[in-house]
Amino acid sequence: MKFRLYRYNPETGAKPFMQDVELDIEPAGKMLLDALLAIKAQDETLSLRRSCREGVCGSDAVNVNGQNRLACITPLSELKQPVEVRPLPGLPVIRDLVVDMEPFYRQYRSIKPWLVNDAPEPEVERLQSPEDRALLDGAYECILCACCTTACPSFWWNPDTFVGPAGLLQAYRFIADSRDEATAARLDNLEDPYRLYRCRGIMNCVDVCPKGLNPTAAIGRIRSLLVKRRV
Amino acid sequence: MKSTTGSHTGTGTWLAQRATAAALALALPILIVYFLAALPADFAGWRALFSPPWLRVLMLLAAAALALHAWVGMRDILMDYVRPTGLRLAFYLAVITILAGSVVYLAAVLWSTT
Repeated sequence: MKFRLYRYNPETGAKPFMQDVELDIEPAGKMLLDALLAIKAQDETLSLRRSCREGVCGSDAVNVNGQNRLACITPLSELKQPVEVRPLPGLPVIRDLVVDMEPFYRQYRSIKPWLVNDAPEPEVERLQSPEDRALLDGAYECILCACCTTACPSFWWNPDTFVGPAGLLQAYRFIADSRDEATAARLDNLEDPYRLYRCRGIMNCVDVCPKGLNPTAAIGRIRSLLVKRRV
Repeated sequence: MKSTTGSHTGTGTWLAQRATAAALALALPILIVYFLAALPADFAGWRALFSPPWLRVLMLLAAAALALHAWVGMRDILMDYVRPTGLRLAFYLAVITILAGSVVYLAAVLWSTT
């Protein structure tokens, strides 16, 4: 199979370039990550992140033929050759396919991704009704792979001020949680011209999410809450 | 890090854009049908077409809604692409002048006596 890989080595000072690689691999039943690891076995200078290799940890997100995907759950057989593999767009490249996730994590941290509940701890767990628990479906499954946020043009233009789809989906996960008491403060935190309202409904996030989640819908629900609070 | 968030201003502008979009969706078909039903050929015909006051009011309100809608859209574009504050402010002023000027000009045309 033919591959074109984005290569960048900060130590040589050379500009990034695309490297053509020919790999003898049977695509049936194999994932892109298998191919990348086979290439790395040939040329150990290739750098990439991976861990669980089954779409759970979210560390091997790359841009494949123009679309952000997890290499470990992308079947080789469905890829057009040459398979062009680049690092995630919109984030600084550290080396080859490894990007600096800090701008992404900074926005994630800014929405306070933990339960805020100052009530005295009950004897047992803080229980939820099945209906309240159902509100979290489609939000808690996010693995923070950054496929959606780095596919979002609004995040490309405003990585410092726009929270991005992943962060906003998580913001909604805590706003919707019946055990969280900081709903008003969370809405305050998002209500300004940039943090939520840079979303123009482009829906690249929905298109690329490897877990099939819908950040645009979550952003819409937050917006409904903001509007309800206002009118 | 100091937080510069929570200015409570995004929802209002977003609502204004949505509300004007809804208003335009109602007003534009009425105006288009009204005009296409009887396209006048000369100046006197145009004057006669615009003689009902409700039409002039509807026309002006639609233009005002369009200007507000366009203002929010232009503001969003400028916020994304023009970073220096002074330059952005200059663009804001230019956009406001053009949009508000157009609405005022339309009002002057609609209610002109000659």
